Amino acid sequence: MGMTEAILLTIATAATPLLIAALGELVVERSGVLNLGVEGMMIMGAVGGFAAASLTGNPWVGVLVAILFGALTSLAFAFLTLSLAANQVATGLALTILGLGLSGLLGEPFVGQAGVKLANISIPVLTDLPLVGPLLFGQDPIFYMSIALVIGVAWFLFKTRFGLTLRSIGDNHISAHALGIPVLRYRYFAVMFGGACAGLAGGHLSLVYTPQWVENMSAGRGWIALALVVFASWRPARVLAGAYLFGAVSIGQLHAQALGVGVPSQLLTALPYVATIVVLVLISQNVRTTLINTPAMLGRAFVPER
Amino acid sequence: MKKLMIGLAGVAAMTLGMASVAVAAEKTKVCFVYVGSKTDGGWTQAHDIGRQELETYFGDEVETSFIENVSEGPQAAAVIERFARAKCDLIFTTSFGFMDQTLEVAAKFPDVKFEHATGYKNAANVASYNSRFYEGRYIQGQIAAKTSTKGVAGYIASFPIPEVVQGINAFTLGAQSVNPDFKLKVVWVNTWFDAGKEADAAKALIDQGVDILTQHTDSTGPMQVAAERGIKAFGQASDMISAGPNTQLTAIVDTWGAYYIKRTQAVMDGTWETQSSWDGLAEGILQMAPYTNMPDDIKAMAEATEAAIISGELHPFTGPVMKQDGSAWLTEGEIAEDGVLLGLNFYVQGVDDQLPQ
Repeated sequence: MGMTEAILLTIATAATPLLIAALGELVVERSGVLNLGVEGMMIMGAVGGFAAASLTGNPWVGVLVAILFGALTSLAFAFLTLSLAANQVATGLALTILGLGLSGLLGEPFVGQAGVKLANISIPVLTDLPLVGPLLFGQDPIFYMSIALVIGVAWFLFKTRFGLTLRSIGDNHISAHALGIPVLRYRYFAVMFGGACAGLAGGHLSLVYTPQWVENMSAGRGWIALALVVFASWRPARVLAGAYLFGAVSIGQLHAQALGVGVPSQLLTALPYVATIVVLVLISQNVRTTLINTPAMLGRAFVPER
Repeated sequence: MKKLMIGLAGVAAMTLGMASVAVAAEKTKVCFVYVGSKTDGGWTQAHDIGRQELETYFGDEVETSFIENVSEGPQAAAVIERFARAKCDLIFTTSFGFMDQTLEVAAKFPDVKFEHATGYKNAANVASYNSRFYEGRYIQGQIAAKTSTKGVAGYIASFPIPEVVQGINAFTLGAQSVNPDFKLKVVWVNTWFDAGKEADAAKALIDQGVDILTQHTDSTGPMQVAAERGIKAFGQASDMISAGPNTQLTAIVDTWGAYYIKRTQAVMDGTWETQSSWDGLAEGILQMAPYTNMPDDIKAMAEATEAAIISGELHPFTGPVMKQDGSAWLTEGEIAEDGVLLGLNFYVQGVDDQLPQ
């Protein structure tokens, strides 16, 4: 395997958890709900996935449990903010704190244990092709799920009736309610989809990225995912671009350092954030389309009149 | 109303009286501020093992408590102050970035004793303690130069502070004592703990052709990558052999327990005084994990170097040593002074990196 493939594979691994978590949050926000608890749901997925894989020895069980843990954590958020109309910002922040603490507690018996890695796929002949082989046919299964999710989410939001309904709820939940759309039911599903995605992203961390469990291993990736959604102006393809750009600059700056270019490392470390924000702001420059894509009800509670 | 006030004052006085009686028989309270999680497998775990040894040693006489995951910088002051208010007798702040906050809080609580790890500032009630990690890094450098076939090692570094620069330089000098042409590539990740980012740095270094990895960050991420890619690596702060049973050559293991016991005893005896303690392999505050995954001759060399450092025969920073730019630093036989090492802000020759300032 040459250096180019190696670098591209490292970028894909770095971008995948950001992409998955951001896509989940995108759907949540399109429904008009702002869940700032991505980091908490992600770390719960990471601990659940690791624990399940390590107890059963099967990384696929880990993947399923990671998704389940993420979804269950988000259910707590959904109940508080949707059924009880609690403040979404405060509840989301609390969810992150809860997730970080609870995962540390649950994960204590698993610290220092050898992880179970979800193996990369391997297809005879195809995987051995130069350059494209390892990239297209030799990555971990969650990478393929992330690409499928980009297409799936875009198709769902913009090509299906359910997606249209979800977006209309995000734009005006009162009108949607007046039309007889079950606003809260849609939002429950959206929030749980976001939780499942954050959980899967966490599972990627503890089963693929670094197959181990350590407290706080999400290390702020949930927050980066949240920022990606906003800077990508709630568009799935732009989330894909943003996640990969962030990954590419993150890995690129490490290579630049290893090569010994004379740029201060503090500047290089900041570069992924700066580059991603600048590029996404530039491609989202059209104020009109950005406004159209911004869910107008974002963060506002909906209490149906009875 | 007045009666109520008097009543309240009476209750308060009684409570205070009881409290002071209780204090006489109370345990010595020792508190720890951790930068990471106590199960990080590296730096903080090593401190927590020290804390547990302290508890075991004194039993009922000492009570310990700790707060994990405290961010470096201004926020740390609130945590340290909370401990000072909670009647801790001795507070250990265990990360470089807690230095100024420790001094700031200590000024407000002159009766509380503070100990700051790896810093260089002291006060009447603030002592500092450190370990000569660089002694272990020198041994690692020698092992790396013997083990590497490509003659180039990768170093995952956290922040450009003297402690980290010492390690990079000592590793380089150790390697050059075996192979004068040995090169070192350095990648700064600007974090102490991010398993994913550290793993990315490890992959980048391996892709750039290094075949030995060492790290001055706290997670086992790089060790896992090294194991996966089939190269050798060194552990940091704790024995990381479980993350790379066939990968870890050795690790520098911090053993703080004896120091924590000694200083707590001083507080109990009323003999505690401020100081700057900087011990190493000889005093046992730093230990080498078993030399594994290497041939016997390299192991013998490492053990001989370790013995020479312990006996005082060998100091890793002994001249002649040139600075990175080729200018002279240490002349033949000259040993670097501790003061210079504690403020070290330049590389020695052979480091393939520009030191961030």
